[in-house]
Amino acid sequence: MTDSTPTIPSRSDTTQTVRNGLRRRYAAERRFKIYGVAAIGVALLMLAIMFGTIIGNGWSAFRQTYVQMDVLVDAAEIDPDGNRDPKVLSRGDYEGLIKAALREMFPDVKKRKEKRELYDLVSSGAAFDLRDEVMADPSLVGQTVSVTVHASDDVDMYMKGYISAEVAEDERRVSDKQIARIESLREQGRISTGFNLRFFTGGDSREPELAGIAGAALGSLWTMLAVLVMAFPMGVMAAIYLEEFAPKNRWTDIIEVNINNLAAVPSIVFGLLGLAVFLNFFGMPRSAPLVGGLVLALMTLPTIIIAGRAALTAVPPSIREGALGLGASRMQMVAGNVLPLAMPGMLTGAIIGMARALGETAPLLMIGMVAFIVDLPKGPLDAATVLPVQIFLWADSPERAFVERTSAATIVLLVFLILMNLGAVLLRKKFERRW
Amino acid sequence: MLLLVLTIVLLALAAAVFRIGRGRALALAGGLPKNLSALPRYYGWYVVLWGFLPAVAVVALWLALQPTIIEALVIAGLPDELRSLSDAETGLIYNDIRNALAVGKLPDDARLADAAAHYVRLTGRAPLALSALSVALLLAGAGIGLRMVSPQLRARRMVEKIVRGLLLVSSTIAVFTTIGIVLSLLFEALRFFRLVPITEFLFGPEWSPQTAIRADQVGSSGAFGAAPVFAGTMLISFIAMAVAAPVGLLSAIYMSEYAAPKVRAVLKPLLEILAGIPTVVYGFFAALTVAPFVRETGGLLGLDVASESALAAGVVMGVMIIPFVSSLSDDAIAAVPNSLREGSYGLGATQSETIRSVILPAALPGIVGGLLLGVSRAIGETMIVVMAAGLAANLTANPFEAVTTVTVQIVTLLTGDQEFDSAKTLAAFALGLMLFLVTLVLNIIALYVVRRYREEYD
Repeated sequence: MTDSTPTIPSRSDTTQTVRNGLRRRYAAERRFKIYGVAAIGVALLMLAIMFGTIIGNGWSAFRQTYVQMDVLVDAAEIDPDGNRDPKVLSRGDYEGLIKAALREMFPDVKKRKEKRELYDLVSSGAAFDLRDEVMADPSLVGQTVSVTVHASDDVDMYMKGYISAEVAEDERRVSDKQIARIESLREQGRISTGFNLRFFTGGDSREPELAGIAGAALGSLWTMLAVLVMAFPMGVMAAIYLEEFAPKNRWTDIIEVNINNLAAVPSIVFGLLGLAVFLNFFGMPRSAPLVGGLVLALMTLPTIIIAGRAALTAVPPSIREGALGLGASRMQMVAGNVLPLAMPGMLTGAIIGMARALGETAPLLMIGMVAFIVDLPKGPLDAATVLPVQIFLWADSPERAFVERTSAATIVLLVFLILMNLGAVLLRKKFERRW
Repeated sequence: MLLLVLTIVLLALAAAVFRIGRGRALALAGGLPKNLSALPRYYGWYVVLWGFLPAVAVVALWLALQPTIIEALVIAGLPDELRSLSDAETGLIYNDIRNALAVGKLPDDARLADAAAHYVRLTGRAPLALSALSVALLLAGAGIGLRMVSPQLRARRMVEKIVRGLLLVSSTIAVFTTIGIVLSLLFEALRFFRLVPITEFLFGPEWSPQTAIRADQVGSSGAFGAAPVFAGTMLISFIAMAVAAPVGLLSAIYMSEYAAPKVRAVLKPLLEILAGIPTVVYGFFAALTVAPFVRETGGLLGLDVASESALAAGVVMGVMIIPFVSSLSDDAIAAVPNSLREGSYGLGATQSETIRSVILPAALPGIVGGLLLGVSRAIGETMIVVMAAGLAANLTANPFEAVTTVTVQIVTLLTGDQEFDSAKTLAAFALGLMLFLVTLVLNIIALYVVRRYREEYD
């Protein structure tokens, strides 16, 4: 090495220069490392805050306040003819019975406004619960039955401590008189909190205490079934073709580039596609899980294809050569030898793709799965909504009780997603092979 | 329900046909498989494909076209004075009929009674007709297939050829999806540009898509200048990247260069959880926690912060994008060959000096690609901004004000009651087209950069 610099610093000079700078350089080193730790800290902190607020807001929705009351099922009111005809029974004024029972409990209530406040203590669903009970057992007519009904959302919020009696009366949704009555009910042991079964078995409702996620969960189930049926076979077949049979030419290149790009197209664009093609061109029904599934299947397809191809590449060439050497055709080799080995990897990819589809909201808004639907969907063509859309809808509702339900629905959705991803990880662990 | 039964029936028939086909081939070969030119089961498959494919194709076509055809038939059966109305009006009449029948009544207009009965007849018959047709097709196809079976028939080759064709067809679905997206967006957007000039759409400074229902209505100018919408999208994406780029890049550097393998094994999946959380959950979090927090903090500092500030939506979106940036940067850093690292250490550089002046420049293309993909995600992200950003189109660069984005506008324009031909709904497709084009260009550049860079060190 020829050195052209005129002055070559002596050895001790260089060492000295380096030494002088060392302290500064080590400090810079430490700072840089701290930046990295801080960045990860920020990300994890956000994750923790998010989970914290959602679980903190949501866990209380799994419990619900109930009011136990003695209702006189007045035969004159609901069964004037006395023949227990189910048609007549189903049309009875059960709301009147509930109100009468409430007045019975608080005989001092006289004014109209006070009466209304009194009636607001129990849910408007109480009348339906009572009706169902009477319909199931007509012998109750004429007797005084003890029923446990849902408290209204305001009472529920008060009991859970979200409404404080210390706030000025006109700033909270529960009046002083109502609080007095709630406390008196509590002293009589008529108020209880228990597991909120309705949240898991009920459809949507305008009343927070009656709203449940069963309708949305079923809608999600139907949608996911549609995605699975359409996207998985198509994705696997496409992956097999591209990895095992496709000739290396322009056309194959186009398909590959296309799949990669499709994987990064914003999801809402798939919703626009669904609206323009499936709804307006083919005239498919709005709000149907089948159409939602179609849209999400197209969206998931690239993920499944990419994962499927990775799984196929992971099968070592020796397996292929062995099969071909024994006289199998390419198709026989793929179907009999390669595919069974690649299947776990493909399933893993499919589960991950489905998990993403399960959390997807935006494209479903485009095809009308945002409707307010009380009934549980019975098939893939019934109008339905899905869990993430339900979260979106509830998040818009002003009632304090819906914040709690929204968070609880989010917890349920996250649990499903965690289970699916866990399943994918376990599947990979169980079948992972190294050749 | 019908579909399920039909599927089961068709599958059962296919299974039966398979046995018959295989049996016939064996019988023709005198019971000796060696006399056949393929394994007996391939003859079974051969016959099944002959019957099954046409039947399935017909079912799919039927299901796709049934609503359109029934509508055409019902409208054709309307009284003359109704039939001669415009398409939009006959469409409305058809909807009236369906809506009336859906609640179990006849339409109010007595002239429609016949059409309603016609509709009931058609929809009542359709399932039976479909079942009969598909079963008949399956049997007829299988019959033809059976006649073709002979010991000389190269059944395996034929079956494999067909299966290969099916594989090819499924691999093209992605292409057809793209074509479908482009065509549907382009078609509707062109209709929009006939109503609103494209230059006004791209550069117009005022966006208020509420078109007047009555001519004298106030406050419904119907202005379609999307510049504020684009500006809002850019503002929020910029805020998001200002969060995601440093945090994502620094955490990738820490995890790939500093963290011990055990620490990394814990941290990486934890960060990936962020990528798996549905965006609606981020949106809820932004609206419930972050937006009030930003507003109150701003209030303490004496700033006037809108309750749907761009800052809140942008920050939460940035958190969502962190894992994308970090995992792609991680890949890029991991792909830098160790010789570069060792060379730098050998020259006496500290670890951070090595990272800054050797590894990052070498990994730059991959990192840039990752950042571009992050930007494309930020632009296309919908739920966070729908739930946490505003609806009013303000042309501002102030992150404390409420702005709106392309995706928010698409959602607001297309949810709720709408007529399909108004400029309002068509505008959503024009916005969608812009969104698709911009993200497509970003993705293509990013994928190109990433791929080229990978090849360099492979």
